[in-house]
Amino acid sequence: MLNDLSFYALAALAVAAAVAAMTLRQLIHCALCAAGAFAGLAGIYFQLGAEFVGAAQVLVYVGAVAILIIFAVLLTRGGDVQLSARRFSTHWLAGVAVSILVLGSLAVPIFKSPSLRALAPAGVSASVKNIGYELMSGCVVPLEATGLLLTAALLGSVVIAMSEKPAARPRRDVNTPRRPELEEATHP
Amino acid sequence: MTPTLQHYLFLSALLFSVGFAGAVLRRNAVLVLVGVELMLNAANLNFIAFWRYGPHPEALTGVMFAIFSIAIAAAEAAVGLALMIAIYRHRATIQVDQLQSLKG
Repeated sequence: MLNDLSFYALAALAVAAAVAAMTLRQLIHCALCAAGAFAGLAGIYFQLGAEFVGAAQVLVYVGAVAILIIFAVLLTRGGDVQLSARRFSTHWLAGVAVSILVLGSLAVPIFKSPSLRALAPAGVSASVKNIGYELMSGCVVPLEATGLLLTAALLGSVVIAMSEKPAARPRRDVNTPRRPELEEATHP
Repeated sequence: MTPTLQHYLFLSALLFSVGFAGAVLRRNAVLVLVGVELMLNAANLNFIAFWRYGPHPEALTGVMFAIFSIAIAAAEAAVGLALMIAIYRHRATIQVDQLQSLKG
């Protein structure tokens, strides 16, 4: 009974936070609401018996990705938002229509299929010991590949975000010619 | 009402549609990335729900998929946000409807 109630509470939290993250005006509020949606999903993983995935979700999404999003908002000056600026694109009606179409085409088969109404087998849980055995036996090649991917992503994101010119200002107009004295000062 | 697989799948579909709407509708590129992350999370929820309600939960396949998916999504978020910072430094905006030319 408590398990059922926790599912509905966590699902309501996740959906409400996701809707708020996609509609609010202040970008910092959007980032915090996205972290709330990730946290609600982590609670649902715990409720489903996948404790390790829930802990990984808390560490990676609620911790790292949320902080990364907030840093990106601050570094791109998303915090000083103009109240007159539009939040949504001009063709928002088409986007809403396509989203509702996506939701409908997913929801109709979900609710029509009789094989999805079964109750869960009791006492299923993914223990960390079994996950460790599986990672080190069957999934060892994907594990190594993931390590390589994470290293490449770390180096790549540093290289992409690294400043080319230390004193460079963001150029307001792409058509302005480069100033040769600035070039000489930074590249002797 | 005890939640069945249907409830989890519908929650996942709902989160996917919200993330899709955000990725399509918002003008700020950071929020487009947040929408993509929400869609990835919805896919992870599907993996975990099918693992829990499937006939062979001892095989742990869905859990493995979700763990690798979380790792790859973290890498994707790091590279995507670094790209946005680079674009902002170059063009002084990350409103996606103002980024219209491929020429840097």
